[in-house]
Amino acid sequence: MPDVLVLVDHDGERVHKSTYELLAAARRLGDPAAVVVGTPGTAARLKESLARHGATSVYVAESDEAGEFLATPAVDVLELAVRDACPAAVLVSATTDGREVAGRLAVRLDAGLLIDAVDLDSSGVVTQIVFGGAYTVRSEVTHGTPVIALRPGAVEPEEHPVAAMVRELVVPSVDPATSARITDRRASPAGDRPALTEAAVVVSGGRGVGGAEGFTVVEELADALGGAVGASRAAVDAGYYPHRFQVGQTGKTVSPQLYIALGISGAIQHLAGMQTSRTIVAVNKDAEAPVFGLADYGVVGDLFAVAPQLTEEVTARRAAP
Amino acid sequence: MNIVVLVKQVPDTSAERTLSRADHLLDREDADLVLDEINERAAEEALTLKETADAHITVVSMGPDSALDAIRKVLAMGADRAIHICDDRLRGADLLTTATVLAAAVRTVQDVDLVLAGNATTDGQAGAVPAVIAELLGLPQLTQVRQLTVEAGQVSAERETENGEATLKAPLPALVSVTEKINEPRYPSFKGIMAAKKKPVDTVDLDDLFPGADGAGFLVTRTRVVEAVLRPPRSAGIRITDDGSAGRQLVEHLIAQNLV
Repeated sequence: MPDVLVLVDHDGERVHKSTYELLAAARRLGDPAAVVVGTPGTAARLKESLARHGATSVYVAESDEAGEFLATPAVDVLELAVRDACPAAVLVSATTDGREVAGRLAVRLDAGLLIDAVDLDSSGVVTQIVFGGAYTVRSEVTHGTPVIALRPGAVEPEEHPVAAMVRELVVPSVDPATSARITDRRASPAGDRPALTEAAVVVSGGRGVGGAEGFTVVEELADALGGAVGASRAAVDAGYYPHRFQVGQTGKTVSPQLYIALGISGAIQHLAGMQTSRTIVAVNKDAEAPVFGLADYGVVGDLFAVAPQLTEEVTARRAAP
Repeated sequence: MNIVVLVKQVPDTSAERTLSRADHLLDREDADLVLDEINERAAEEALTLKETADAHITVVSMGPDSALDAIRKVLAMGADRAIHICDDRLRGADLLTTATVLAAAVRTVQDVDLVLAGNATTDGQAGAVPAVIAELLGLPQLTQVRQLTVEAGQVSAERETENGEATLKAPLPALVSVTEKINEPRYPSFKGIMAAKKKPVDTVDLDDLFPGADGAGFLVTRTRVVEAVLRPPRSAGIRITDDGSAGRQLVEHLIAQNLV
């Protein structure tokens, strides 16, 4: 079986779930080889969970510099790993960082690039959903080693324990004239909630929430469901919620199992960012709101009555033995 | 300081967008085309820098004749000149080809200090073109930027992504991509609109950008669309009006669907 290189997305301590999804997708094409780029000691902490999810080899590229520069260390290491492994494909997560690394790697390899794949078959044909869910497009790479960025949450992670062989790679030294140095790093003040693009449940608030304080109702429901909080553009523009939570054409595209829209009328801009969600629930006072046109379950009513009742019911059901 | 701002004309997100049946490409005939909003913010950032430092702003855009409308808007905001890459052979260009062509146009501008772009277009949404251009031009990439400072040959920026926030520093020349958070773009004034009509726009094609290159060889396609299918529109499902028990009804529904 050919190797399929998977770039490991991690925080230094833990492997992000999106990496397990990549490993599951990679197994359709060959033997997954995980590539860990990080500071010394990182791979030792991550190796076991990578092997448990099917990584037959783990490329280890560690240096103090690896975490100090944006994007270039990962691109440099992947390029080396590709020369070493001659893989059938390179898979990265279609996160902000992953998309940029994939693009730069494809240039180095003069290879075909497919970003935001939601599926991948054993012949390497990739499925993408474009224009906010209007079209399903299937594409393949016709030139070079395929570089594919897979949308987080699109493929189910699978456990597939194997013995992982470790291979060391040297991180090439970075030219500070052509790379941006990261001088400070702070975690997003998102707390314990899952990342918006990876969450199985997303609860979003719109202008109908009425203000920043009103978002407490949205947050409480999200927390009861173990989900992420999102916001419509109207709510973000009105200053109710920070921009990084914006769902829509100019914000994040989400595709969770359950999307709950509270006080969101459903402008095309917003619908484009969430209409590939498995199930859509909408609560809005305005019976004419366009969001009802695609909601699987629509409630015409006051979100400040409906959402807290739902939160209470969910909490009670979850607490019940 | 020489600043290049990359802009794109895109279909308006508040209208329906369709793919042509023949070649799976965006149907531009039907689309309502506008300057991508994120590009107005990239241009605004360039204009803000120009207010405090001596700067010359070149707008670069790739697209058909209609893209001139988008270019004129940025000139009307205050940019100094433009390069319009217009070539039928670029119809349907993929991400890497687009970035290669844009990078070639940037190279024609003398002594570029800063390349500014939006973080992602609203049509392609791949979010990788700025990074790819940085790769092609050998520039440091400062992407997903919500705050920017240029001083004494250095650029520093605040980056924000789903993985957290970071402070970035790099020497000039550099490439910066901005997020929606960076600023509020100005509106072109009437005076600006009139002045824009007189500003120079160089229209170039592939032969200008890649003299001596074999056009066909250059435009190698690295991916192929196998199939494009219009997804069935979602239809409305159950609808109830809250009588005081909607939350309880909803939880029953979610349990039945195995969602809670």
